[in-house]
Amino acid sequence: MIATPFTPLASLLGGAMIGLAAVLLMWAKGRIAGVSGIAAQLFPPYEDGEFAGRLAFVAGLVAAPVLVRLVTGSLPAQAIAAGPAVLIIGGLLTGFGSVWGSGCTSGHGVCGLSRLSVRSLVATMIFMAAGMATVFVMRHWS
Amino acid sequence: MAILVQFAIGLIFGIGLIVSGMSNPAKVLNFLDIGGIPAGTWDASLAFVMAGAVAVTFIGFSRVLKLARPFFAERFYLPTRRDIDPRIVAGPAIFGVGWGLAGFCPGPALTALGFGSTSAVIFVAAMCAGMVLARFIAHLPSLTRFVTPADPLET
Repeated sequence: MIATPFTPLASLLGGAMIGLAAVLLMWAKGRIAGVSGIAAQLFPPYEDGEFAGRLAFVAGLVAAPVLVRLVTGSLPAQAIAAGPAVLIIGGLLTGFGSVWGSGCTSGHGVCGLSRLSVRSLVATMIFMAAGMATVFVMRHWS
Repeated sequence: MAILVQFAIGLIFGIGLIVSGMSNPAKVLNFLDIGGIPAGTWDASLAFVMAGAVAVTFIGFSRVLKLARPFFAERFYLPTRRDIDPRIVAGPAIFGVGWGLAGFCPGPALTALGFGSTSAVIFVAAMCAGMVLARFIAHLPSLTRFVTPADPLET
């Protein structure tokens, strides 16, 4: 494993920016800022005429590190320990599960909890527990 | 104009992910590693990301939802389901395993693409395949007969 420093202030600030984005999307489009739902609906079947807006939102997500690098001249550390097989299995499960469960960390964890949704609370507790159990098995059961 | 605004919102979201440390899978995995608490390697930072995000969203939503309508839309699209069905249990359980394996959830994985990481490309490609598969299965006629009229993607 790669050790990471505890960064409460930066994390709180970054979290507040994520919250700001969620509030702005609700203000502008009246929609939940759930990344899994937005990304999944970039693929057919198309159920409404919001494709361009969703694509723009995802483009913003992808462009964020490019902008950060342009402005600050560098990017914070990003360490990906997983090999290709784990990335593929992890990606499949993440994509399938987040759509099957109607949301991920942003839709359930941020927007859902903020709306005091019981469904989102259940979902958030389950994906947190499953994530913790998975890391425990991967790191401590060998 | 609405498209540009949505790009800017995605940009703010992505910068938040980077500033908070969520875009670094090592940090995410060290947060999920409660087995690392005795050894002192547990990184509690992500609890602060959630706290900051929920605090701002909770206050912001309560104000925005008092408006008659959104700025660029006719109405608010809010999830209405309240039932705890099998999918709201199985979906997050599957997602959580994937999250714990690689340390990426959907937002940070997309932002990681902009870091120029090949690993992120592999993960996002697999993630999109998983999403398409889930929607395909959810839209099968045999399933939609049992699933209520609600949008299968509704939170």
